[in-house]
Amino acid sequence: MTTRYTEDHEWITVEGDVATVGITNYAQEQLGDVVFVELPDAGKTVAKGDEAAVVESVKAASEVFAPLDGEIVEANTALADEPGKVNEDPEGGAWFVKIRMSDKSQLDGMMDADAYKAHLEGL
Amino acid sequence: MSMNTQGRPSAPTEAGGTAAHETFTGNKALQMEEALIFEIGRNDVCGVDLEEPEDFTPALGGHARRAELDLPALTEPEAMRHYVRLSSKNYAIDAGLYPLGSCTMKHNPRLNEKMARLPGFADVHPLQPRSTVTGAVEMIAELAHWLVTLTGMEAVAMSPKAGAHGELCGMMAIKAAHTAAGRDPKVVLVPESAHGTNPATAALLGYKVVSIEAREDGTVDTRAVQDRIAEHAGNIAGIMLTNPNTCGLFERDIIAIAEAIHAADGYFYCDGANFNAIVGKARPGDLGVDAMHINLHKTFSTPHGGGGPGSGPVVLSERLAPFAPLPFLRKGANGPEWIESAAELLDGEQPFGRMTAFHGQMGMYVRALAYMKSHGADGLRQASEDAVLNANYVRVGLEDLMSLPFGSRWCMHEVLFDDSFLKDTGVTTLDFAKAMIDEGYHPMTMYFPLVVHGAMLIEPTESESRAALDLFIATMRDLVMSAQRGETGRFKGAPFHAPRARLDETRAARKPVLKWERPAASEVQPQAAE
Repeated sequence: MTTRYTEDHEWITVEGDVATVGITNYAQEQLGDVVFVELPDAGKTVAKGDEAAVVESVKAASEVFAPLDGEIVEANTALADEPGKVNEDPEGGAWFVKIRMSDKSQLDGMMDADAYKAHLEGL
Repeated sequence: MSMNTQGRPSAPTEAGGTAAHETFTGNKALQMEEALIFEIGRNDVCGVDLEEPEDFTPALGGHARRAELDLPALTEPEAMRHYVRLSSKNYAIDAGLYPLGSCTMKHNPRLNEKMARLPGFADVHPLQPRSTVTGAVEMIAELAHWLVTLTGMEAVAMSPKAGAHGELCGMMAIKAAHTAAGRDPKVVLVPESAHGTNPATAALLGYKVVSIEAREDGTVDTRAVQDRIAEHAGNIAGIMLTNPNTCGLFERDIIAIAEAIHAADGYFYCDGANFNAIVGKARPGDLGVDAMHINLHKTFSTPHGGGGPGSGPVVLSERLAPFAPLPFLRKGANGPEWIESAAELLDGEQPFGRMTAFHGQMGMYVRALAYMKSHGADGLRQASEDAVLNANYVRVGLEDLMSLPFGSRWCMHEVLFDDSFLKDTGVTTLDFAKAMIDEGYHPMTMYFPLVVHGAMLIEPTESESRAALDLFIATMRDLVMSAQRGETGRFKGAPFHAPRARLDETRAARKPVLKWERPAASEVQPQAAE
């Protein structure tokens, strides 16, 4: 399964028409210890660029943007109780939301792992 | 070291146990450990002698209290010492330099305190007959006159209690003006570097916040504003902009930005938190501002930051003045009049409602006016000039060792560094700030604004003498050189000399203990110092 990345330091994996979205290891490093995660309710419709979740660390509060149009089918409610998971397993168990995509073509043009790595090196 | 009486020893043990350089009590010479009042309180003493009540029949019936309140009881000296000791733990501008950027921690002249304690100001009640408080009303009206004169605006809503409350007041006036014009725009533009309260205020009122990115030099580009306006054409409620901005830089394009917003039928809200940089130099009214809060507790002294309440009057342009909330001041034939209710309104006065029950922070008004009148207009201008001079003195004293995100250029009342000078040292902005505590300085604002990596925002204010700034600069230089020499031991785990070492901020945020619970008797064990 290909993982795709955005310039907002989010990762996306796709299964069928459902995209799983989380923040990258780089993002959690920049945030520092995460202390609070606010997640959307399932059923909410989001457009690309909308605020999908909020993540708060000891340093800053930051939005997690919906990388795609669609409907939230599931939020990782475990993060609300254990926000530290975002630091421990950002690109695995600490996914934020699953979105049923309404326009899969929005995946085109997103970075793959190599391109994201190159993007990070340029920062 | 432990904080609670439960963790304190109650009797020496045979084996001893107080290590060298530790103490039996936990006190360090005259630096006292202080437990919570609930922990040192008992229920068998009383600070005052009260007469035993005679026999009486309570009228409360079934509402009478059924459980003990478990309030702590102390003798009068114990209660006094408890609060005096706590007060001595508070770092304040009265104790030392307090370079907290965007907070304008300036000296509060003691003359202000003397004036605020005059009985005609201190002992009045908002529900007193107006005829008995005409002097107090005159005083507020005079302050209001200073505020509209210094800002070049039409009117001022005095009642908001602090900055964010003032923002809400100003944005509610903007919303009321749109509603009165039969419009319902939904978008408020906010630059990336804004104080967090700006987008929060807009969101609270149901607006969609659209962010404006900064250009390379740290300021807002008129073109970016125009682009956002074009994207949301016909739907722009206004912009919330801080000037000088949170990077300590003057927004040079402010007039063009104001014109662009006005052309789009929007209003210009200016965040006045940084007004201390421009008092007497530039008037927001001349820059196209429609509403701006003024933090009396920053710009015009008064004790704040743990020392006292805030006060955030909002100045309004001619277009917004009719919407000022109740109560407001009106010029009357016999002096200023307080307009307190809808029944007293004249044609054209359309207050959007009320921000507070009464007139606002009387004590802060007195202090601010005392500060203004003791400085005079020329003195206020000089205070702003000195604030900018001091910030630039710090900049020039540190820029060869620290890193300026927008290059070596004049800043306003605060100077912003990023953390690239700490690259590869293993020391973070947080570590650096904690090491400053060991040196006896309150840290600067850190990790804000968010647009700059590892931000350190230093605002010395005009209060500091050159000698005080020289010592601060020398201390900072010593810390920077120490970090760059690889002396991480001085930073990791700092502060080492404070009454408490590095706090676990993560755990405090994730698992906050919000309520003190009396420990079960079995848990209260005398314990020897480790």
